[in-house]
Amino acid sequence: MDYFIELFFSGLTRGSIYALIALGYTMVYGIIGLINFAHGEIYMIGAFTALIVSTVLTIYGFPLLAVFVLTALAAVIWAASYGYTIERLAYRPLRSAPRLSPLISAIGMSIFLQNYVLLAQTSDFQPFPALIPEFDFMEPYAHIVGSSDLAILVVSAIVMILLTFMIKFTRTGKAMRATAQDRKMAMLVGINVDNVISITFIIGSALAAIGGLLIASHIGQINFYIGFIAGIKAFTAAVLGGIGSIPGAVLGSFILGLTEAFATGYVSSDYEDVFAFSLLVLILIFKPAGLLGKATVEKV
Amino acid sequence: MLSFKDFKNGLMVTLWFVFLTFPLLVIKINPIEKSVVWRWHNMLYVACGTFVFYVLSRLYLARKRVAQQKIKAGIIEDKVAWSAKFFSEPKLYIPLAIAGGLFSLVFPALFSTYQVNIMITALMYVVLGLGLNIVVGVAGLLDLGYVAFYAVGAYTYALLNMHFGLGFWTVLPIGGLLGTLFGLLLGFPVLRLRGDYLAIVTLGFGEIIRLILENWGDFSEGPSGIANIARPGFFGMDLSLEMSINYMYYLTILMVIFTIFVVNRLQDSRIGRAWFALREDEIACQAMGIDKMKTKLSAFALGATWAGMAGVMFAAKTTFINPASFTFLESAIILCIVVLGGMGSIPGVIVGALVLILLPEYLRAFSDYRMLVFGAVLVIMMIFRPQGIISTVRRTYSLKD
Amino acid sequence: MIFSKRMLSILAAFALAAGLASNASAVDTIKIGVAGAHSGDLASYGIPTMKAALLVAQDINEQGGINGAKIEILAEDDVCKPEVATNTATKLVSENVHVVIGHICSGATKAALPIYRDANIIVMSPSATNPDLTQSGDYPNFYRTIASDDAQARTLVDFATDVLKVKKAAVIHDKGDYGKGLAEFIKSFLEQDGKVEVVLFEGVTPGAVDYSAVVGKIRRSGAEAVLYGGYHPEASKIVGQMRKKRMKTKFLAPDGVKDDTFINVTGKNAEGVYASGPADVSTNPLTKKFRDKFMASEGTEPGAFFDNGVTAALALTNAIAIAGTDTAAIAKVLHTETADTPFGAVKFDKSGEPIGIGFVVYEVKDGKFVQVQ
Repeated sequence: MDYFIELFFSGLTRGSIYALIALGYTMVYGIIGLINFAHGEIYMIGAFTALIVSTVLTIYGFPLLAVFVLTALAAVIWAASYGYTIERLAYRPLRSAPRLSPLISAIGMSIFLQNYVLLAQTSDFQPFPALIPEFDFMEPYAHIVGSSDLAILVVSAIVMILLTFMIKFTRTGKAMRATAQDRKMAMLVGINVDNVISITFIIGSALAAIGGLLIASHIGQINFYIGFIAGIKAFTAAVLGGIGSIPGAVLGSFILGLTEAFATGYVSSDYEDVFAFSLLVLILIFKPAGLLGKATVEKV
Repeated sequence: MLSFKDFKNGLMVTLWFVFLTFPLLVIKINPIEKSVVWRWHNMLYVACGTFVFYVLSRLYLARKRVAQQKIKAGIIEDKVAWSAKFFSEPKLYIPLAIAGGLFSLVFPALFSTYQVNIMITALMYVVLGLGLNIVVGVAGLLDLGYVAFYAVGAYTYALLNMHFGLGFWTVLPIGGLLGTLFGLLLGFPVLRLRGDYLAIVTLGFGEIIRLILENWGDFSEGPSGIANIARPGFFGMDLSLEMSINYMYYLTILMVIFTIFVVNRLQDSRIGRAWFALREDEIACQAMGIDKMKTKLSAFALGATWAGMAGVMFAAKTTFINPASFTFLESAIILCIVVLGGMGSIPGVIVGALVLILLPEYLRAFSDYRMLVFGAVLVIMMIFRPQGIISTVRRTYSLKD
Repeated sequence: MIFSKRMLSILAAFALAAGLASNASAVDTIKIGVAGAHSGDLASYGIPTMKAALLVAQDINEQGGINGAKIEILAEDDVCKPEVATNTATKLVSENVHVVIGHICSGATKAALPIYRDANIIVMSPSATNPDLTQSGDYPNFYRTIASDDAQARTLVDFATDVLKVKKAAVIHDKGDYGKGLAEFIKSFLEQDGKVEVVLFEGVTPGAVDYSAVVGKIRRSGAEAVLYGGYHPEASKIVGQMRKKRMKTKFLAPDGVKDDTFINVTGKNAEGVYASGPADVSTNPLTKKFRDKFMASEGTEPGAFFDNGVTAALALTNAIAIAGTDTAAIAKVLHTETADTPFGAVKFDKSGEPIGIGFVVYEVKDGKFVQVQ
């Protein structure tokens, strides 16, 4: 039973990280119908910024709590700025271009950002300080679920609840939903669509940065390539749940995380990714729009 | 041409980029020794670079605007895209095609073996690009796992050669057929999916194939790959290294010509028209009585056939393959060839492949910066020429009275 | 200055004979190709070897070259990718190099070797450890200055069985060419010996965000030690998560992990990890000489495989000095005559394996790799 619970928490941890990244994918897709391949790189940049800021602050002798808060803040601010800039530079000029052009632009951006970080910092793996402390009350359970797993679960749950509130009840949230439903109509009722898109990128990037910060602190090392792998998985999760749907992205992420954990635990981690992708194909065969995605009927 | 406001904006943009690149470019940390290096000179470079780039792009846009106004006012005529004009005039493109053909024939005599080798790689990507063009450019189905079929072809040759000693010429059609088979295998389940769902499923399929090759060691020799694959034979003669590379080169040229010929004929065929119709409007296409299922499947299958054959050639050329050669990045590069070159345009795809494969090869001098430049070129190209280097010429009919 | 003395004596003894014996040695430059990853994420494995070759060439050229011929180093980048390596190899062949030092990664080496073989060029790798390269007999032109993976697997297995007295072991790998190959050797040796039960054999996905599931599985299997095949990033994550789960399972890793980056990244969790690697040769005067030269020109400690690179360069230049540039003659000398290198007197057996270079086991103690006696 312990083993089952251990795997379950391992799956939840993975799932929460995927969810934090997948939300960015799904929100952007919902609004402009673009697979933002550079999103994984935002997650990586968030983690790198966190590493840089926390190292500098530690060297200058800031107390641990201040380091943690300022690091999180910096990671979120810079990742959001990168997200915003990427949208302005690489996607906005292509609003009216053929459907595949922004996709290529996104792939190019992803390659560019990876190499930018590689050149600006280093290609080696860098140790990441454990920003999340080991909680004493978790010690009896440390062999099943670690303190950082718990922190990841709690933080991502809080973030997701906040996001849901924002989208459901604030003016911005309503504008976002309106834009996602029908961009032209939203423009007609006086919504500044360009601003809404920018805000979507900013929020998505901030979430990814939180994910990057948490996972880097959990696993203890980062390099320029971490965004690519995590990005592909998160994207898979978003599609699994129905891309464009926010609850779908969260559901898809947890399903993917749990599948991977249980496949590793009870079968073999050799085929971990094969399980993940096969699950995706299977679900899409029976529900072509993902689990919570709406099947659109096209009318002529 | 530029107003004061432009410069003010330029300054703002510059400040923004200085802020943006501050942590990553200026601060260099060493988390092990807990030391920091402040690289302020980088900030200066970023500032100057951004400002100059901003002003230049403003100038470019301003000139473009002026030209457009003139066109509107009827002062100058709208320029037909040079490529469109070029490819509608047989008088223009036939001599060029002949010159290109002659040049490619004497290429091995003029350049070193190394150059020939690189050219073979580039030409293989031409074949791959043209194959993917059927799926993405012509039929409009976004395929992110094209490399899977390439892997199928390569492993077909490697395994058949290793276990049964089958030669290149025997396996080439088998590789193509297996590619077709896998294309159909992937095609069936994804028929109901559209757009980006299709994209992710094909991506997943590509990854599944690679992971199986990596993990199923008894079948595929696992990650250590298969070595000593035979080069194509030439009537049982023993060829020196240089000769066999030149021979491979001419084979690839033949393959490219064959591909161009077939793809060109396909586009003009009934099924080609059906693909175009499918790309433009699925519903209208069905309403016209086109069997959507058959059309989609045939696009997948034919695209995969070329990848399969290119895979066989790849294995024969490198004489060694392992799963690491068939990653998602490879699919992305082939897709970039198609889109950058110009979707649906055969000359576009050829130019795209040559540019994208030869560019990093000759950018070697910049070694570290080449992938950075590669990424930036993709973005900039899309912004300034989203339709690709050579855009397709829509077939137009003019009535003669 | 042992090296130069020996060099001079060789020159004296063989200059005349070599000059008369083969007109090939009448060439005025000897071209040595150096191929490996010089850019990209594996550059740190390839650049030290390139520098080693340059330093050895410079050293010999300053003393008048080999039989009067200067050495020219042609460095080519293969980014450790097989498909690029064939281009690299073709380029070196078309530039008429006499011998090649490289390639760095086993996959790239495997891809490039047939090209050199067909062009009849000797290749000596400082780091490609795949056993097939020598054992398959397909590449008579291949030599290396590092022990092969199966020798390393043997070292690790013996250490686990005889020193640590492990009864149950988990064998974990990173699904890569190097890691999985090594893990398979470890598993088969353990099973052959029959003293240790292999309770788990599994590959982890490099770059995954979390390894707690696989770590949980290791604990459940009851393994007393993990024998790992792969590079340091994944090793570091697995060790970290094992310690987080308060597991005291021993961790044995190969030379892909015996890198200072591993200790830096893993921090205090690295304590007690065992890693095999080439014997510590820092007291050898030749090692010192070239390390000092490297320090003088670069200002940093030389990185991975530097000593092996120097060894390859010295063995090859020594053989050329004796035999001229004829491939068959060089091969004969490599098998019969020893060369003075950072690893001592080294020559090669029939299959191209170095005689006199082996593995020892290190343990991480106080943030350093310390050789286990």
